[in-house]
Formats: sequence, structure tokens, C-alpha cells
Amino acid sequence: MDVTRASRLTRAAAVAGLVLLVALAAAPWWAGRADMRLLGEIFLYMALATLWNLLAGYAGLVSVGQQAYVGLGGYLLFALTMLAGLPVLAALPVVLIAGAVVAVPVAALIFRLRGAYFAIGTWVIAEVFRLTAAQLSALGGGSGASLPPAVVRTLAEGRDLREAMAYWLAFGLLVLVLAAAVAILRSRHGLALTAIRDNELAARSLGIDIWRTKLFVYVAVGGLTALAGALIFLQKLRISPDAAFAVNDWTAFVIFIVVIGGIGTLEGPIIGTLVFFALRETMADLGTIYLIALGAVAIVVMLRAPDGLWGLIRARTGAELFPLSRRVTGIPPRP
Amino acid sequence: MPEALLAIDGLDVFHGDFQALYGIAAEVAPGEMVAVIGANGAGKTTLLRAVAGLLGRRAAAIRWKGRPIGGMRADRVAALGIALVPEGRLLFPSLSIEENLLIGGRMGRRGPWDLAAVYRLFPILRERRGFAPAQLSGGQQQMAAIGRALMANPELILIDEISLGLAPVAIRQLYEVLPGIVGEGMAAVIVEQDTTRALAVTRRFYCLQEGRVALAGASGSVTREAIGRAYFGV
Repeated sequence: MDVTRASRLTRAAAVAGLVLLVALAAAPWWAGRADMRLLGEIFLYMALATLWNLLAGYAGLVSVGQQAYVGLGGYLLFALTMLAGLPVLAALPVVLIAGAVVAVPVAALIFRLRGAYFAIGTWVIAEVFRLTAAQLSALGGGSGASLPPAVVRTLAEGRDLREAMAYWLAFGLLVLVLAAAVAILRSRHGLALTAIRDNELAARSLGIDIWRTKLFVYVAVGGLTALAGALIFLQKLRISPDAAFAVNDWTAFVIFIVVIGGIGTLEGPIIGTLVFFALRETMADLGTIYLIALGAVAIVVMLRAPDGLWGLIRARTGAELFPLSRRVTGIPPRP
Repeated sequence: MPEALLAIDGLDVFHGDFQALYGIAAEVAPGEMVAVIGANGAGKTTLLRAVAGLLGRRAAAIRWKGRPIGGMRADRVAALGIALVPEGRLLFPSLSIEENLLIGGRMGRRGPWDLAAVYRLFPILRERRGFAPAQLSGGQQQMAAIGRALMANPELILIDEISLGLAPVAIRQLYEVLPGIVGEGMAAVIVEQDTTRALAVTRRFYCLQEGRVALAGASGSVTREAIGRAYFGV
């Protein structure tokens, strides 16, 4: 008898994932410019959704203010490249670290709040960030700024290579975020996180320092979300306070993705993102009706499958693509 | 009686506007097994949770080796050597049995209890170590919950509703091992609905009634009638 996290399916998923990884990394050679942009956007949303899921699904921190970090990352990228003169690739690691550093005092402030008050608190913080950004006259104040061609050229010279770089960066971020999520969940912190998610009272009385565990996740997610924000506005080439700190784009849609995909699972946000983009690409022309349809899908999924689409699939098949839960192999069947 | 390990004095606990405990006074000596009995809603669970740091805030009301710990954060209380086996077991459903046990040992307190020792005490847990808690019987789950608390190598283990909802055979098994794990530097407080059983294994008891200590004394010398009066308040 042996205890393992891998199963035939997780191993098959690992092989398929590797093939997919290579195929997607090679997209600049087989995909058109528009397809690559769409894929890049999908990757960034998958990353945002995975990060929000770490917060809400594992650490129990239901934030509706993650646009604070998306916007912060975007603005930091613009400031570091336009004002401090850093090349784009040198600015990105700075954004990652700065996002995490900013998350520490923010956490000290909002961790005093619980439940709904915490959620509102995160939103208030995001609004404070937005209003602050609107005061930055060097970056266009309330009307925002465009990334100058000279800055964009620091990424790569030719347009094709630039598009490919933007794509690879988005793809690289998704791989980094997924790897970080798996690493966190398989670490000692991960065991504690899962315990906190399952039952906070029992976790506390077993000596788990809930505050420190949640802080660790919040700070890591803050840094990575800021990096995602930087890449989002690197693709858009233009930033404004309203676009950078949009609660709809960077939090409401992300919550929709995680909830319909399956909160508290790594597979859920990936499936949710695919569903979200399938709806968007087929229905976005319908305007308001598209948003009503999104709402309707969310309501139906919450009523019919509270664990999301992945929860439904897993309940039916017991499938698991990431090797996270442990299982025993080689037990003789019970008599 | 040796110096108290845990001394509770004047403990009031509120759930919002509702007062659940009124001026509770109680003591536990090192290595001693104490029963807390009483009807539903008498405040037994509230008392254990207050000791574990999950409720209450007046520091001086609860002393651990003379040091005030009331209102201390639960994870710090646990680090002092007080482990709670919560009502309903509250195992972590998405972790395996072995992971549940490992969580209990995370604090790294030194002592005789590790995975091997828990598996020696409850061999069935070794067989079921890769299972999810929901795949175990109620009695096995209670063993896992007790094992998880033991993994912290506590000096005091608080077991809430040890036999609630368990089959008689499982209850008998648990009570057979209890005396073996207490003593040798570990005291225990057990909350129990089955007063006869609780009084049979413990040295002293406290009977709660509507948030107050209605009766306390030596488990061996109390009469059924006295317990009945304290239990129901008639």
C-alpha cells in the first residue's frame, strides 16, 4: 500500500499539459495576430481568476477590490518605463515586488475587517488607489496616458516580434501563476490553507496562525495580480484610472469565472475562463443582453451546481487534473 | 492537591447579548481527568471553547500555570499545550486522515506523540490513513480527531462530546483507551452527555446548568440523585 497524489489521470493530464504547453508556446508560428491577442487575453484572465481563487477559495479572503492591484501594476509599468526610463522587461520584476510590498500595509488595514466588511474594505482601497491615480498629472491625471512608441520598442524592434513577446509574457505569467498556486497548495502553508478553508475554528484550535497564513497568500497574490495588471496594460498600450481600476473588468468578471468554474479548485478558474470567453466571443455584439446572459448563467450554475462546472464533473467522474489531493493505492478491496 | 494546571475563576462568556456562562470557577490539576457534564445548552461547549481561546476576552478569568490566558488567540493557546477535540470532530474533509494528523503536529511541541504513536494507539487509522474523513465511521473519525489533538503533544486535552452520535461499540473502545493516554504529563477534560460513563473514568466532575456550576466534586462519591438535581435543576 502506498500514498500518492498522482493518479493515472493526473499523469495523463501532465503529458497532455506538456503537449499543450509546447503548442501554445509556439503560437506565434501558427496563430494569426488577432488569435494571439485573444489567447493572450484568455491567459491573463485565467491568471487573474486563479489568483482570486487562491484568495477567496482557499484563504477565505473574499476581495472585491483586486482591481486595486491590476491598476497599480498597470500604473507602475507606465511610471517605471515612461518616467524612470526602465525597459519594459526590467520594469516587470519591479512591478511584481512593488505589488507585494504595497499589499503588506493594505493587509494590516483590511485584515481587521471580517466577511462583508472585508469585501467592502477591499473595494474602498481600490477606489482610493483610483482617485490617487487620477491625481498623477505626470501620467495624464484623470484622462490617462499612452505608452510612447519608444518604450514599446524596448520590448522588441519589429511589430511581429513585439506581438509575440506580449503573447509569451502573458503565457509565461499564466504558467508562473499556476506553478505558484500548485507550489503554495503543496507546501506546509497549503496544508494549513486547506485546513482553514475546510474549518477555520478547528484550524485555529490546532495552533495554525490564521493571520500569518492569510497574509502570506494575500501578499503573494497582490504581487502577482500587479504583474498581471502590468501585462494587461502592456497589451492595451493605454491606461486611464477608470480602465485600470474597473471593478467590472478586473473583479466582477473574475468572480463570475471562478464561481461558474468551481471555487476552491485549480481546474475551476481555467474552465470558467473558457466558458466566459466562449460567451463573450459569441454574444458580445448583443450589448446589454450579453451581460444579462452572463448573470443568468451565473444564477443557474449557483443553483444547480454550487461547486461550479468542475465540481459537477468531479462529482460525476472523480477526475482531478492537478496532483493535489492524496490517495492511497494498492489497498485490497474491502470484504 | 498539586498546583492547578488550569484555573478558571469568574468566567463570564457572552454570545452577543446572550450570556452563556456566569462566573464559572473550575480547576484541572496536572495529569488529572475531569468530566464536564450537563444538559444541552448548559454551556459545556462554550466553556471548552473559552479555554481554547475561541471565545471570551477577560484575561484573568482563565489561568494556565498561573499565567492569565483568557482572550488569548486560539493558535497561541494551542502553542502553550492546550489541545481541543471539537464537538462534531471537525476533521478537515479535503485532507486525508494522515494529513489531518500531520496538521495537529505542525507546532512542533516535543513529546511522546507522533504519527507512529497515534497509529499504535489506533491501528485502524494506519489502515485508513489515505482515506478522506467522510469514508470513516463516526468512531474512527473521533479517533482521528483525538489523534490530531494528541499530535500537538498537549499538556491538557479538551474533548468535547466524546461519544455523541457514536455506536456503543465505538464508545466502549474510546473509553478503553482514554485512561492510557491521560496521566504521564497530560491532563484531560471530557464533556459528556452519558454521565454514568463520564463519572466512571474521571476523578472529579463539574455539572453545569444554565451557564453556572450547579455541582462539583469527586466523581466516585456523588449520588445519582444529587446529579439528577444538578442536571435538571429540580
